[in-house]
Amino acid sequence: MKPLLVTSAQKSFGETIALAGVSLELGPGELLALLGPNGAGKTTLVRAIAGRVRLDAGAIELGGRPAEAPGARDALGVVPQEVALYPMLTARENLETFGRLQGLAGAALRESVGWALGWSGLEGRAGDLVRTFSGGMKRRLNIACGVLHRPRVVLLDEPTVGVDPQSRERIYEMLTELRRDGASLLLTTHQLDEAESRCDRVVIIDHGTVVGEGTVGELIGRLFGGRRTVTLTLDRVPDAAVAGLELEAGSRAGRVLLDDPVEELPALLARVRAAGYDVEDLALHRPGLGAAFLALTGRELRE
Amino acid sequence: MIGTIMRVSLLHLRRDRVVQAMTFLLPIAFFSIFAMVFGGRGGGGASVRVDVGVVDEDGSEVSTRLLGALEQEKGLKVSRTLKTRTGEQPLDRERARKLVQGGQLDVAVVVPKGFGKGFPGFAPGAPEVELLADPSNPIAPQMVLGLLQKVGMTAMADLFARGSMDAFERYAGPLTPQQRQAVDQWEQGLKPQAEPGAPGGGGASEAMAGGLVRTKVVDVIREQAPRTGIIAFYAAGVGVMFLLFMASGAGGALLEEAEAGTLERLLTTRLGMGRLLAAKWLFLTALGFVQVTVMFLWGALVFGLDLWSHLGGFAVMTTVTAAAASGFGLVLATLCRSRQQLGGLSTIVILIMSAVGGSMFPRFLMSETMQKAGLLTFNGWALDGYLKVFWRNAPLVDLWPQVLVLSALAVVFMGAARLLARRWECA
Repeated sequence: MKPLLVTSAQKSFGETIALAGVSLELGPGELLALLGPNGAGKTTLVRAIAGRVRLDAGAIELGGRPAEAPGARDALGVVPQEVALYPMLTARENLETFGRLQGLAGAALRESVGWALGWSGLEGRAGDLVRTFSGGMKRRLNIACGVLHRPRVVLLDEPTVGVDPQSRERIYEMLTELRRDGASLLLTTHQLDEAESRCDRVVIIDHGTVVGEGTVGELIGRLFGGRRTVTLTLDRVPDAAVAGLELEAGSRAGRVLLDDPVEELPALLARVRAAGYDVEDLALHRPGLGAAFLALTGRELRE
Repeated sequence: MIGTIMRVSLLHLRRDRVVQAMTFLLPIAFFSIFAMVFGGRGGGGASVRVDVGVVDEDGSEVSTRLLGALEQEKGLKVSRTLKTRTGEQPLDRERARKLVQGGQLDVAVVVPKGFGKGFPGFAPGAPEVELLADPSNPIAPQMVLGLLQKVGMTAMADLFARGSMDAFERYAGPLTPQQRQAVDQWEQGLKPQAEPGAPGGGGASEAMAGGLVRTKVVDVIREQAPRTGIIAFYAAGVGVMFLLFMASGAGGALLEEAEAGTLERLLTTRLGMGRLLAAKWLFLTALGFVQVTVMFLWGALVFGLDLWSHLGGFAVMTTVTAAAASGFGLVLATLCRSRQQLGGLSTIVILIMSAVGGSMFPRFLMSETMQKAGLLTFNGWALDGYLKVFWRNAPLVDLWPQVLVLSALAVVFMGAARLLARRWECA
């Protein structure tokens, strides 16, 4: 039984097709990254799972139950991208408020608030107004308010946007603890490096459909096989195209994807020298998630 | 440089229709509304139409002609009878007094027994026409007073002359036959030549302008509630206006929550939009009740407003007024797309409603049309209720029209807010 199962989700807003049959599943304790360019349908999908968008067709199941079934979404925690807190309330008061709205009361509420304050590292600031918090503290509290009721599935919409590296690290530590407790996490992010290094699997959607999914290794293997990216740094900025090299404007660096670097590299270096340039540096990489994303969507994620 | 910045400002103005409307249309709209309220325009003519009840205890030729002429005045709506369940009954002094106290009549004119016999009343202690008046409306008795003198001059100059000559003969001896003939001819000339009420009617002379009809104004409110003052009116007027400002401002928290993403989060919990609106409405109603209570307490402590003997009526009126105002604030909040939009719209709507509804200027001093227009506003009903409580000492049961309308408004406003809030719900 999957904690979250989305089957052929379809949704249109007037003439605009937001979801054109998206399917995905989230395993127990899994951290799944949902990636896609702006306007790809990520937000619509997350809002549909959260019950904020009604699908035209398709189904969503939470813990084996239709999401629309009474109480099914009690198993869901939602952490919005915005810092959706009451700034004039203290951290404790915010947690108590959202805990009550999730059905907690009495001793269970007190226990959950205590746990959330410790989990987010905010015990020392429990009585302070949220408006006095740093961006990273607000982000941590924002997540804590979404998971206070210990949901089995947590939707996190860009939980680390706008925070410094230390806070980001702390947030991922918190998420790891959640997973350890059995929660499954679906995370949207624009940070490909985070998705690549932190997530178990990624799902890439574009124009409302899933264009790639699997582990990062699986995706790259499927897309690039044994090919490698070669990066050359020339002795000067080239003033004309160099055969076979993908040049960055105004830069001495150029890249090329080689099917068999051992066979093809000498010929490449010979062409560069023939064009009148010396090679100062050379690097060989396995293509990353960015390259996979670009290959699948034709767009950089930042576009 | 200066030209560039001016051009940017001009482009902003050209492309922002809301700013254009606020800059050019709103002042005209405000001017027109205030001109109608304070200038007496708006379809009802420039004059205020006054409801007058007349009681003729005398039944003499003098009283008959005086009251008959008063009935012809276009600025007055004169009634001699009272409609009851059992039919129409003639007004008497006590009924007229109660109608003025209850606000159904602006003024009552009572011609006492012996007034005609003693007319024109040179003798000390001669009976006077009594004007039973409500001092909350200072215009109506002054207007009726002036019209009484006018109709006295136009319709009763001959009776005044005859009475004067009778008095002369009583003190100075009878006239000679020649003098009697001359006086009779003069009296004939003084009889009404034109319709009473028409300009220049009658042969009244300017010499009589000092006051032909002896009158006295009787304050029927003070004798009933000596400690209640006009302060109650201003407390209610200002209180209701600021209640609306508070409700719309606090209702705007909903927009802040929407902009901050908190509303989205709230709606993913078990709460739901219906309960969210209900919670906000209940809180705003309670806050509004406290706000108005604090204001009336201040009025009681500093200005002697008699709150303590009107606590029941105050509580009822404040509850329904706060409930309706809170609903109205939520309608405005759910109607607007941003806090800025709410600020502009609520200011416009509340100021207009306050002007038309009587929060700034008593409705009973407005033209008849504007008085009726005031009942289309929330303020009009609320102020009528507070005036009944504090000014007229009305029993609780008399508040039913105001309670009914304001309660219905609260329900309608909440229904409208709920419908408008659907845009935030599941897409």
